[in-house]
Amino acid sequence: MVKTDVLVIGGGPAGLAAAISAKKEGADVILVEREARLGGILKQCIHDGFGLVRYGEKLSGPEYAERFIGEFLELKIKAKLLTFVTSIEKNDKGFKAALVSKEGIEEVQTKSLILATGCRERTSKQVFIHGTRPAGIFTAGTAQHFTNLLGQLPTKRCVILGSGDIGLIMARRLTLEGAKVLGVYEVKPTPSGLTRNIHQCLYDFDIPLYLSHTVTRVFGDDRLTAVEVVKVDEKMQVISGTEEIVECDALILSVGLIPENEIAEDLDVEIDPKTKGPKCDTHLMTSVPGIFSCGNALHVSDLVDYVSESGETAGKYAAHFALQFQDADNKNISSYTGVLGDGKLVDIEIGDNILYFVPQSLNLETDLSSVIVYFRSKDVFDNSKLKIKVDGKVVFEKKYAFLRPPEMEKLKLDFASFGITDKSLILAEVEVGVSE
Amino acid sequence: MNKEIVCITCPRGCIMKVTQEKDDLGKISFQVTGNFCKKGETFAINELTSPMRTICSTVKTDFKDVPVLPCRVSADIPKDKIFDVMAEINKVVITEKIKRNDIIIKNVLGLGVDVICTSDMLN
Ligand SMILES: Cc1cc2nc3c(=O)[nH]c(=O)nc-3n(C[C@H](O)[C@H](O)[C@H](O)COP(=O)(O)OP(=O)(O)OC[C@H]3O[C@@H](n4cnc5c(N)ncnc54)[C@H](O)[C@@H]3O)c2cc1C
Repeated sequence: MVKTDVLVIGGGPAGLAAAISAKKEGADVILVEREARLGGILKQCIHDGFGLVRYGEKLSGPEYAERFIGEFLELKIKAKLLTFVTSIEKNDKGFKAALVSKEGIEEVQTKSLILATGCRERTSKQVFIHGTRPAGIFTAGTAQHFTNLLGQLPTKRCVILGSGDIGLIMARRLTLEGAKVLGVYEVKPTPSGLTRNIHQCLYDFDIPLYLSHTVTRVFGDDRLTAVEVVKVDEKMQVISGTEEIVECDALILSVGLIPENEIAEDLDVEIDPKTKGPKCDTHLMTSVPGIFSCGNALHVSDLVDYVSESGETAGKYAAHFALQFQDADNKNISSYTGVLGDGKLVDIEIGDNILYFVPQSLNLETDLSSVIVYFRSKDVFDNSKLKIKVDGKVVFEKKYAFLRPPEMEKLKLDFASFGITDKSLILAEVEVGVSE
Repeated sequence: MNKEIVCITCPRGCIMKVTQEKDDLGKISFQVTGNFCKKGETFAINELTSPMRTICSTVKTDFKDVPVLPCRVSADIPKDKIFDVMAEINKVVITEKIKRNDIIIKNVLGLGVDVICTSDMLN
């Protein structure tokens, strides 16, 4: 059986950053990726805009990913490509993973585990639409895969349902390649993608955005021939009499991303219902000691820069966790209670107007003086204030001219100075309507 | 003249107001508000005078495993030339193993920018 300190599952930007940082901390690392090449979803994100925060440059997805792949290869980290993880079980030495590849089945024993499995797109199964199931209904990510990796245009004339960023990016991409995008239909009164994408992907190409609209019906036997679109009211109820038939050969769905956490769930990792990713402490360790989470598996980020950052955090502490057992091969890891194993955890509760807050808890036995946190607001707010309260007392506040749910906010907080004890009640909330 | 412009330079997406003024000598100047940084001001003025955009796309190849290769323009091009440059990109078929940053089309349509490869996928 192969032994390692850290096993990383997923070779996207999160997994790559995690593997690199774990290796730099001195750990032995193996990365497992089910596809033939490293880079994750960025392989198909050929548009630019990646790396602005990190490098101050507008890179395309492949360019951004290849910077990390270059470093990964230089550090001679072991990667197992075209390899699936079939099962992982917890044992007294950490975790035992069964990997399947062309060469057969292989078992790996690791002290810590990093889940960097990314996210998946919501599909038509999760959206309620009447009618048959003709070909021509697929997600924006699938359209991106066909267009950018296979070089096949999947539609000539399409309707996009949902205003998520991938849908907006694909509206532009398909238009550039000669397809007609008839419109983007969003059921909510505000778009879910970034404002700049509405402008540079839709308005630049005169593609209409229909807010408070949805698709209720699809037509066609083998291939989609048309969809029915309708207007909805504030309660998202269909307004009858507003039905319209739009002829098209494809309906492209851009209705949201969900963290991919099948492996985490199998290992009984606690999932936060708000982020749909594992509940983590400031080291991005999950509720199961030794299992770490990062990237879009942790929570869906709109910027890959933050994905890499979370990978680095998870990688560093997964290495620290493993290296605690360097000379202790015969100690029982699962019953270990140490700084990174079983410190005192205090949860950060979320209050008014916050959609989610990451990390979800603080480990009081670790250094909390510069903790990176991410949050999203529940709605679009002007002039608002993020407040952190400890036992009802405001210990931190920050004003925001705008908060928009599609745009995740990041801050560095000094929780060590907030006088937190294991009995403290920590609350994060957003106050709206504060004067300028 | 008064125009609202959304900056696409970074994900912040500042919503800016641009006012165009003409002085007594007929000289035109612009007033930009709502921008967070200097790039926003430059972008807003360009939008009114000569809007520029980038293009990211793919070129076909002769390689079975990599049927298309990602590419982009090395610097922004005039917005109204987007589809002309796309037509040039779609004429190309890559037959050799090129690398990231290699030039695919030099000085495309005489615009002073190149179409470059953005991935090492063929290597
Ligand atoms: C279709 C799509 C388009 C996107 N477009 C953009 C964009 O334009 N800009 C942007 O900033 N962000 C975009 N994102 C978000 C993007 O996912 C992140 O920026 C970033 O790629 C996330 O990195 P990651 O490493 O967490 O996940 P991913 O890049 O998804 O990587 C996860 C990797 O894990 C592998 N994996 C999963 N499960 C297993 C398993 N069981 N065994 C082995 N390997 C496994 C997958 O094959 C994949 O390679 C997009 C996301 C999607 C889904």
